[in-house]
Amino acid sequence: MKKNYHNSVGVGKYTGLVLISPFIAGFFIFILYPFVCSFVTGMTNYDNIHQPEFVGFENYINMFSDSDFINAVGVTLKYTLLFVPLKIIVSLFTALLLSLEIKGIGIFRTVFYIPSVLGANLAVVIMWQYLFTRNGLVNQFLEIIGISPVSWYGNPDCSIFIIILLRLWEFGSAMVIFLTALRDIPKEYYDAAKVDGCGKVKSFFLITLPLLKNVIFMNIVLQTISALQEFNAPYMITHGEPLNNTYTVGMLIYDEMFKYYNAGYANAVSWVLFMLTAIVVFIMFRITGRLKEEMQ
Amino acid sequence: MKKFFVYLVLTVIALIMLYPLLWLVGASFKSNREIYSSIWFMPEKFDFEVYAKAWKTNTGYTMGHYFLNTFAVIVPKTVFAVVSSVLTAYGFARFDFPLKKFFFSMLMGGMFMPSIVTIMPMYIMWGKLGFLDSYVPLTLPSLFACEGMFVFMLIQFFRRLPKELDEAARIDGCGTFRTLFYVLIPCIKPAVISVAVFNFLWTMNDFLNPLIFINSTEKYTLSLALRTSVDSTGQGYEECKVIAMSVIGLIPSIAVFAAAQKKFISGITVGGIS
Repeated sequence: MKKNYHNSVGVGKYTGLVLISPFIAGFFIFILYPFVCSFVTGMTNYDNIHQPEFVGFENYINMFSDSDFINAVGVTLKYTLLFVPLKIIVSLFTALLLSLEIKGIGIFRTVFYIPSVLGANLAVVIMWQYLFTRNGLVNQFLEIIGISPVSWYGNPDCSIFIIILLRLWEFGSAMVIFLTALRDIPKEYYDAAKVDGCGKVKSFFLITLPLLKNVIFMNIVLQTISALQEFNAPYMITHGEPLNNTYTVGMLIYDEMFKYYNAGYANAVSWVLFMLTAIVVFIMFRITGRLKEEMQ
Repeated sequence: MKKFFVYLVLTVIALIMLYPLLWLVGASFKSNREIYSSIWFMPEKFDFEVYAKAWKTNTGYTMGHYFLNTFAVIVPKTVFAVVSSVLTAYGFARFDFPLKKFFFSMLMGGMFMPSIVTIMPMYIMWGKLGFLDSYVPLTLPSLFACEGMFVFMLIQFFRRLPKELDEAARIDGCGTFRTLFYVLIPCIKPAVISVAVFNFLWTMNDFLNPLIFINSTEKYTLSLALRTSVDSTGQGYEECKVIAMSVIGLIPSIAVFAAAQKKFISGITVGGIS
């Protein structure tokens, strides 16, 4: 069957293909190749210097008896489960506030976005490190409002919150996505709800939330992917301590590769991290039944 | 009354957003004792000598050197990213071609690929090609529209333009590229600027890639230089010096954001980029 391509007059069916050819090449070199390569390298013993030695699935099997790996997966999942819902709630809440048409709201929009602009900048990470030291700004503030200071770095239950709070502070990116979506909701919907006697809270649950379903989902997926990869903050701020309680899978991969020279194992773990991400994202797509829609 | 409450909440959040940064600037002028004894950001006295010291760093090179290194990555990377993303987005948004759906799902799939998964094999690959400890691994991938987010955002913008625009340009004798450069790009300028600004900020913030691909101190980018300074500063040392370095390190990002703010915000609000 011959397919018709809808293009302007005089445009061949390969013109578009030529335009996207850098992307196609890039996909194979920088995404597909490393993806396949990490799986294959993951089946070898390789120290990045000597010839790799094929060991089959040994690395993958060893992972399950490696307490560091199991711990890292646990930490990463715990971090993701705590962080993603908080971030969605905070960014949605602020987006709702910022969508109000009141004077000076533009300034607040800019200010709220600043931490996200600086994002993962190392200077911000260093700043964060100072804020949470024993006599740091946060503890000093807690003392003033009458809460006893917390040993943020020493307490195994607290250290993960240093990182969660840093990433929450940078809620701007998720907020902007919500803000755009909120702006697209026609005002008439709310007016109609008001006529029908709906209060603010009720119309939020009956109108806003259902219409935001897609963007909420998109934000959850994006945040989950970045949370599962977390590396910079635990590497710089907590060094995975105390008791490896902030030692994420990202850090484990880095250490295996550059500290212990186990390139084979590092690649195997990074492949497993990919599978973990893929499974989590896939489950989300399934739960919401939106796979087809997103892929167009 | 209700309005007052909204402003109160907004102000409290704004304080949480800004105070740490304000504190950071203030702390760069403080002694260690002062840093850990007061939450007020204003230092007792301003002594700009600390910035002269911070500029020198303790790594053997000045901050100026690291700035130049960082820009040596950012400039080519930004040019590459803008050109390749615009072309790819143009192709997807305006043309029909074989396997289009397949390639589009490749684009979506690539966006979900965690960089920590691909970075280890890339390290091995660049090592074999002899490009480790150079800026090639940091810049070259941008030539291939690797940042799916950018392409995706530009596609949204292209789709908002009426197709008649292209048709009119073609009737006037413009070819594929001239239509893009003279007709379409001027219409999506905010999006193109957003891509450039995002690329600038992300590269400025990037830590993992330089950490892995760059070894020699001479070639360090700003983020690596900052890390080295923190690591080599022992406890009880002059904290203000590291803090001053951090402040200097934040200036380019803040300056670019301030300059491009208006166009940039309109770019992200339409494209919904993170």
